[in-house]
Amino acid sequence: MKSAIVVFPGTNRERDMAIALKRVTGKTPTMLWHRDTDLPDVDLVVLPGGFSYGDYLRCGAMAAHSPIMAAIRAFAQKGGHILGVCNGFQILTETGLLPGALLRNANLRFLSQDCTLRVERSDTPFTHKWEKGATFRTPLAHGDGNFTADSQTLARLEGEGLVAFRYASPTGQVQADDTSSNPNGSVNSIAGILSENTRICGMMPHPEDLVDPLMGGVDGLPLFEGLVEAIVQ
Amino acid sequence: MKKSVDEALAREFGLTSEEYARVVAIMGRTPSLTELGVFSVMWSEHCSYKSSRKWLKTLPTTAPWVIHGPGENAGVVDIGEGYAAIFKMESHNHPSFIEPYQGAATGVGGILRDVFTMGARPVANLNALRFGSPETPRTRQIIDGVVRGIGGYGNCVGVPTVGGEINFHPAYDGNPLVNAMTVGIARKDRIFLSAAAGIGNPVVYVGSRTGRDGIHGATMSSAEFDEHALAKRPTVQVGDPFIEKLLIEACLELMATDAIVAIQDMGAAGLTSSSVEMAGKGGVGIELDLDAVPQREPGMTAYEMMLSESQERMLMVLKPDRTEIARKIFEKWELDFAIIGHLTDTGHIVVKHKGQVEADIPLDPLAEQAPIYDRPAATPVVPGPVEDIHAPLSLDAMLLKLVGSPDLASRAWVWNQYDSTVGGQTVRRPGAADAAIVKIEDTSLGLALTTDCTPRYCQADPKTGGAQAVAEAWRNITATGARPLAVTDNLNFGNPEKPEIMGQFVAAIEGMGEACRVLDFPVVSGNVSLYNETRQPDGSTRAILPTPAIGALGVLEDVTKAVGLGMAEASDLVLVGETKGELGQSIWLREILGREEGAPPSVDLATEKRNGDFVRNAILDGTVRACHDIADGGILVAVAEMVMASRVGCELESPTSGIRPEAFWFGEDQARYLVCVKDGAAFCADAQKNGVPARILGRSGGSDLILPSGVTISAARLTTAHDAFFPTLMAR
Repeated sequence: MKSAIVVFPGTNRERDMAIALKRVTGKTPTMLWHRDTDLPDVDLVVLPGGFSYGDYLRCGAMAAHSPIMAAIRAFAQKGGHILGVCNGFQILTETGLLPGALLRNANLRFLSQDCTLRVERSDTPFTHKWEKGATFRTPLAHGDGNFTADSQTLARLEGEGLVAFRYASPTGQVQADDTSSNPNGSVNSIAGILSENTRICGMMPHPEDLVDPLMGGVDGLPLFEGLVEAIVQ
Repeated sequence: MKKSVDEALAREFGLTSEEYARVVAIMGRTPSLTELGVFSVMWSEHCSYKSSRKWLKTLPTTAPWVIHGPGENAGVVDIGEGYAAIFKMESHNHPSFIEPYQGAATGVGGILRDVFTMGARPVANLNALRFGSPETPRTRQIIDGVVRGIGGYGNCVGVPTVGGEINFHPAYDGNPLVNAMTVGIARKDRIFLSAAAGIGNPVVYVGSRTGRDGIHGATMSSAEFDEHALAKRPTVQVGDPFIEKLLIEACLELMATDAIVAIQDMGAAGLTSSSVEMAGKGGVGIELDLDAVPQREPGMTAYEMMLSESQERMLMVLKPDRTEIARKIFEKWELDFAIIGHLTDTGHIVVKHKGQVEADIPLDPLAEQAPIYDRPAATPVVPGPVEDIHAPLSLDAMLLKLVGSPDLASRAWVWNQYDSTVGGQTVRRPGAADAAIVKIEDTSLGLALTTDCTPRYCQADPKTGGAQAVAEAWRNITATGARPLAVTDNLNFGNPEKPEIMGQFVAAIEGMGEACRVLDFPVVSGNVSLYNETRQPDGSTRAILPTPAIGALGVLEDVTKAVGLGMAEASDLVLVGETKGELGQSIWLREILGREEGAPPSVDLATEKRNGDFVRNAILDGTVRACHDIADGGILVAVAEMVMASRVGCELESPTSGIRPEAFWFGEDQARYLVCVKDGAAFCADAQKNGVPARILGRSGGSDLILPSGVTISAARLTTAHDAFFPTLMAR
């Protein structure tokens, strides 16, 4: 699997993502600069976490207008695989490649903690290493991760099964009004969503930061291993 | 409006009459307004260390692994595999009282620059915070602003905040302490220094534009607060972590070329201190053309530009044939880049603006004739032992009260607002070990990092307190298995013009120095913050507790050998070190009996070293599965912390006979550790052979803490008591 990571001014989790990708592919991903206009020949494009443009205006809003985004749109249209994590998820929603929006966390504070995610379907490139309903632990670190969408969009996401991950209790219970399991207040506890063709995934938590036993666990690894398997096939 | 320069204005700028007379003598004439501004900030306490320098010189600063000690932007130590760790701690106390969010945020920004200016990629932030009484309403506002500020800046620049400490005491009511520490990593042959060289070489300004913020911040930080303190808000700077992130990346990209001769951040006293210090250290002159300085607003005067403390700015001396390479890098990162001057052979700093010479000062006398004071110091009176102590509550009730008390309660509410995992190298997050552990990418090395100080000990006995702060930092690093290498100190005290405050300062340094020497733990960087006093309505002033905060760094050659503090399953719990039951100045005495009395626990540095070296070796050979040092709250609080960290319980044995139970369980005797080992008897026998006292204290298992009386406290119940304080306080 050949992968590329896009760096915007203010991106800060590109190194974490590179470590995770290298761990499963053995290859160092290509770093792309936001002003680049062409994508190299890659199978996966990752928009990593950070504070692109300082989160000024609105998280992800300015990055969505970067020169590289035209090439990424074209890549998406051709059915390319795209993963957006944290600020990358925010950029994907601002670009319109994924629906919905990420609001300020319900408690109005930055949150940095572990959360439990429940896997909502196991037939996508991002989730097939897990069983449906499986749970895994992952760190989250964001100020604006409170997913929301208008009622029509939400009905479509739920109806078409485009929710990839939900925040859950360690035993897998999903309860949107429970701040201990759904810390940022996301509607329907949604932590990650998919495009209709399931090749674009946006999520707020950071599976890339839990891929090494030394750092506390490998709970995030199946996502990356699964991508390699899905893409190499 | 043109201000006329005279002694009255000089006094307004914070200079004494004698100091102003010295300025006039050096200049041979009345200085210009800009010149007076330069002298006043360079000779401020903050920049000149005029009250402290004599004593700072007594601290040990060398060891075979020290590459650069005090005098550079930060300290540099060799950590092996060709890498160096670069670190420093610095205060932003005064701004954080006036404007907590920006005060704390710019504190983080400033210390980051001190570290990356030397060529290091910042890999960890820590902090040491002291707040006033939780009962004082403004304390909550200050906590809220400071925590948001530290998080707002550190999270955005993408440097993990991995550790720190928080104390509460009414003495910090009008004067909180915000001490921020940054640790960075560089190849040890790629360290960048600040001494300018090469007559004619261009002086280059990069980063944010200069505005009118923070003018005279360094002078403000060198005075006490009165009732008008909050009106000083314009002297506080405003931070932009996004620009800082770009500046880090641009500077590191430039540092990978060979363009830089010298580089320094513009911190306190901005353009003045960076240009004066770079030229002064290099023994050259410098000429600045302020028309070329990128400016945020029109109509700024030379005085304003030279004294502005606008954030996120750096000054560099470049090789002339490399300036275009540098310009392109900064254009890529969309940062201002301007050649604002050049080095000269005049030995003067010459500042030109709109065709006029606004300042022309000889650099040697500016540095060499800077005032140094040997201020009178009163020897502190150390209290005797406490008497009439008896426990008013049961052991379990006292424990639950202590783990929920302000100084011991869970800090998760705070940590959970700091990104502690960005970078993907955080091996032990806050609360998981006695020191935070950060792996060095692409190596097997790990850094162990901590900040420590026990101000109530320092108040009672500054010398013992100074030694204890160093010893506790050393112990916290040791308890992870790391080898302690060096410290950075952040000395927060009151008004040095008062003999009793100066006496605290001198004694604390004496204690620190002794501990650093015995533990082979040199001071490689630091910062002094004096005048931490607030004037009361009746005209008197109240000083903070003497707070010599220690930031410390250790290294693990094999980071996989690090241990945490969570109770390990199916282990013997062993107490290492001697317990006499010292309750003077203990948290127990304060929280249970409401008394702040007595002498702090004694510090025996030889014992500290012997016990610590034994424990570290046992961690590295794999014998020890978990380790926690015994500090605030004594043995029982330490056991409870281990249980809460892993939710593994423990059944405790009876205390050593001859010691009252409350003294055994809550005394704060130093040089002690709790360790989990498979075979406690064998471990204790080995300890005795090495002259280290050790006894089995219990056996781990289940999820309850079982006291010798048979009383059981579940891990969940402990955690509930431990977690409540911060959320409850901040929701008030």
